Amino acid sequence: MSANIKNKNVWVFIETEYGKEKKVGFELLKPGREIADAVKQELVAIVLGKDVKNVAAKAIAYGADKVILVDDPIFERYSTDAVTDTLMDLIHKYNPDTILIGATINGRDFGPRVACRLKTGLTADCTSISYNEETGNVKWTRPAFGGNLMADIECPNTRPQMGTVRPGVYKLPLFDEDKKGEIIEEECKVSQSGIRTKIIETIREVTENINLEEAEIIVSGGRGLGKAENFSYIRDLAKALGGAVGSSRAAVDSGWIPHAHQVGQTGKTVAPKVYIACGISGAIQHLAGMSGSDTIIAINKDKNAPIFEVAHYGIVGDLFEVIPEFIKEIEKYKNS
Amino acid sequence: MNILVCIKQVPDTTEIKINPETNTLMREGVPSIVNTFDAYALELGVRLKEKHGGKVTVMSMGPDQAKAALKECLSVGADEAYLLSDRAFGGSDTLATSFILASFASHLEKEKGKFDLILCGKQAIDGDTGQVGPEMAEHLGLAQVTYAADIRVEDGKTLVKRENDQGYDWIEVKSPAVITVTKSDFEPRYATLKSKIAANKAEIHVLNSQSISIDTEKCGLKGSPTKVKNSYTPKKEKNGIIIDEETPSASVQKLMKLITDKKVI
Amino acid sequence: MEITNEMRDLGDLIEKYLKNEVDPLVAEYDARGEYPEKIYNELIDMGLNLLAVPTEYDGLMVDHKTETYIAEILGRHDCGIGSAIGVTNSACTTMNYFGTEDQKKDFFGILTSGKLAGFCLTEPNAGSDSASVKTTAVLDGDEYVLNGTKCFITNGGIAGVYIVFASTDLSKGTKGLSAFYVESDRKGLTIGKHEDKMGIRLSNTTQVIFEDCRIPKDHLLGEEGKGFIYAMKTLGISRNFVGGLAVGLAQRAIDECKEYVKNRVQFGKPIAYKQGIQFMLADMQTQTAAARTLAYHAADLIDKKGDYEIYASMSKLFASDVAMKVTTDGVQILGGYGYMKEYPMEKLMRDAKILQIYEGTNQIQRVVISNNMLFK
Repeated sequence: MSANIKNKNVWVFIETEYGKEKKVGFELLKPGREIADAVKQELVAIVLGKDVKNVAAKAIAYGADKVILVDDPIFERYSTDAVTDTLMDLIHKYNPDTILIGATINGRDFGPRVACRLKTGLTADCTSISYNEETGNVKWTRPAFGGNLMADIECPNTRPQMGTVRPGVYKLPLFDEDKKGEIIEEECKVSQSGIRTKIIETIREVTENINLEEAEIIVSGGRGLGKAENFSYIRDLAKALGGAVGSSRAAVDSGWIPHAHQVGQTGKTVAPKVYIACGISGAIQHLAGMSGSDTIIAINKDKNAPIFEVAHYGIVGDLFEVIPEFIKEIEKYKNS
Repeated sequence: MNILVCIKQVPDTTEIKINPETNTLMREGVPSIVNTFDAYALELGVRLKEKHGGKVTVMSMGPDQAKAALKECLSVGADEAYLLSDRAFGGSDTLATSFILASFASHLEKEKGKFDLILCGKQAIDGDTGQVGPEMAEHLGLAQVTYAADIRVEDGKTLVKRENDQGYDWIEVKSPAVITVTKSDFEPRYATLKSKIAANKAEIHVLNSQSISIDTEKCGLKGSPTKVKNSYTPKKEKNGIIIDEETPSASVQKLMKLITDKKVI
Repeated sequence: MEITNEMRDLGDLIEKYLKNEVDPLVAEYDARGEYPEKIYNELIDMGLNLLAVPTEYDGLMVDHKTETYIAEILGRHDCGIGSAIGVTNSACTTMNYFGTEDQKKDFFGILTSGKLAGFCLTEPNAGSDSASVKTTAVLDGDEYVLNGTKCFITNGGIAGVYIVFASTDLSKGTKGLSAFYVESDRKGLTIGKHEDKMGIRLSNTTQVIFEDCRIPKDHLLGEEGKGFIYAMKTLGISRNFVGGLAVGLAQRAIDECKEYVKNRVQFGKPIAYKQGIQFMLADMQTQTAAARTLAYHAADLIDKKGDYEIYASMSKLFASDVAMKVTTDGVQILGGYGYMKEYPMEKLMRDAKILQIYEGTNQIQRVVISNNMLFK
């Protein structure tokens, strides 16, 4: 689709599953708002899901001018075909100028599919986006080479311009319950027969009931733990802080904790408010998955460990001594 | 099963260092490897072949040096290797790249018959986009499953173990399909010395834009909707505070003071 | 010395495996003094036991330059594993030179089925002095009956087959020695004491005991009484492998030192800036480079069937002495840390010592070298 005057408005895709939204969708309403204001267009949230009228209402409260809602049981669980085909219908009908998608597992699944069908540009896994007044395009900033290189990318000749953006890099916009906005309901035209995948079994591996990508505090353990049982140190600290448990690849490869907890290039990309790395040396692949965190605290007995190069605060010491002290101090602080 | 695995030769990003003076990537002397996730994809493909019979073909787009990566694949179980090499492809973004690879795959199908599965890594460790697999599926009009950790074929059904936020889903997908593979449950095997020697002597079929009769207008910079405006190495903030007090308790107290003052927690 | 693509390809594969799968575990296995079965099995899967097995018997038969290159890589990571491979190659060398087609088919078949080989020459009272071998082989009908004890046998407890030197005529000294191959599952063959060694602790070293062990007559290699000549021919070639191991070991020690001296700060700056350290490192690298050149020159001569014997001996002698010196200096450079097990240096020093002793002590090498110089 080539650039056309008829393309307008900034869309933010709000991903849902089991009728519940992924936080990143609302987060993206913040940069979405800035871009929409800059080009004097509307900010539109796209909500696909099952029983998600409340999600649509929340999107308005988080700053969307409008919501296009497709409420259909087909969206209870994710499928590439249902989301892609529905989005294509909406795009053809409304011709958006810009589409922001959370760089979740699913966002990175259908995003390229849609962009390819539109023959337009999609910038993957952005850590920052802004409007470039000079060119009139969105400037997408993204890391490559495992975070060693940053690139600014634009999509000058085709519309919509699209990007997936990492969860956690934008904070939630203000929630204003009184804010008004239009909710447009659209029909889902996709039939079950057009869907080529079927989920037949779901296995939960994350035992703690917190989603890593949504957690505000993550405590991660690595090779320094020495054995599976010692993950109790990590769990205890996470519990004291109300955070989620993460891990390095080394700990997963050693079979100490399931892969769903893994942070890094071969695991999840996270950007919590606080990331505490315990006994993790900080291989570049791990750093690629967590260096966007607001505050990084490292506990490691090797003062030369690369993790200290990205840490805002680093304690050189034995984690088995430091963590119990840390928990004690946190409890003290909570009670003060 | 007739399986195609798409691989990319990439610099080993774990070996890349930053020149501290110019703050640029030092790519010289960095070894080239088969993209980590592509190696997992190949391992899954070879395991499927070993279980169900058939053939594994590997293909790659890149300069002549990429033959080395394809030979590596031959040494760990791939049966045949194809390289697509053409200057016209330089500067392709994901849309153009996927178009080229899709055309390449279609061309190979004329010779090798329909592929039941086309496997890719979930992303390349240099570009990190993860878009070429799904875009290729779209160009080919095939179903896709991304972030696969395992693939099983049972009673003619293709089942894919796909990562999600909380663990995994087992997904049944209509074949033929494009499947992108993350770190799987199976570490890529080591070659044997014998298979290395054999792979070294094996022929890599090299094709170009003419041999697959592709519209080069849709390739390279011309076929790429996204443009890289600027690239730079991120500045490393080296202002972290390292705490190394006499006792763990003193260290923790110092940390607590710092982070509560700054309202980190 | 030109490293061919094939050499680099094979070397990279072995290097990658050793780096990923062996290095992280070496200290642990070294402490326990246990041979790591899983690693050995994986190296065998890779075909590392087939370096000297001819291609017509499904082996690799790499040239000696490649073999030396591989020895160097093994030496860089662990000389225990390197010794296990080296000894297997020695046994194959004897078979290659002196075995018949049928014997080769039989013997190499055991290796291609996934086994290592052993080389049984040394006895409690016959180290450098092979004339004192007391193990006997007596022909009884269609069989030889073996009796005696071999000691310090690398792969003793894990080999699938051994080359065994036994006397068919005790009265004749070395001229009574004969060479046989003996499968490890022969009745009357038992594994004796497992040795607790100072170094190369990832290798398996045991006694191999023969008690009325009967083997078919056709397991005799070549002729009776020629065993000593066969043994010397074999060692004359295979000791260059030790040269390769020693070069790798020395280079590893130097690399560890380089890393250390850049990070170790004393008197306000890294000790790399101390000339005392710099000169030591310069000497270490020069000696190692010279040893490497000698080892590859010897390999080249073996490949070209030139006058290699003196060079293989010089390579083994010089490289192992260099390895000992370099690792001793390496411990010195690391100071107190060098002496601690937490750092890899002391293990390299312990491993280096055996290189001066086995495959012919360095004193024997000097005998070989001077004999070649004066009386040949």
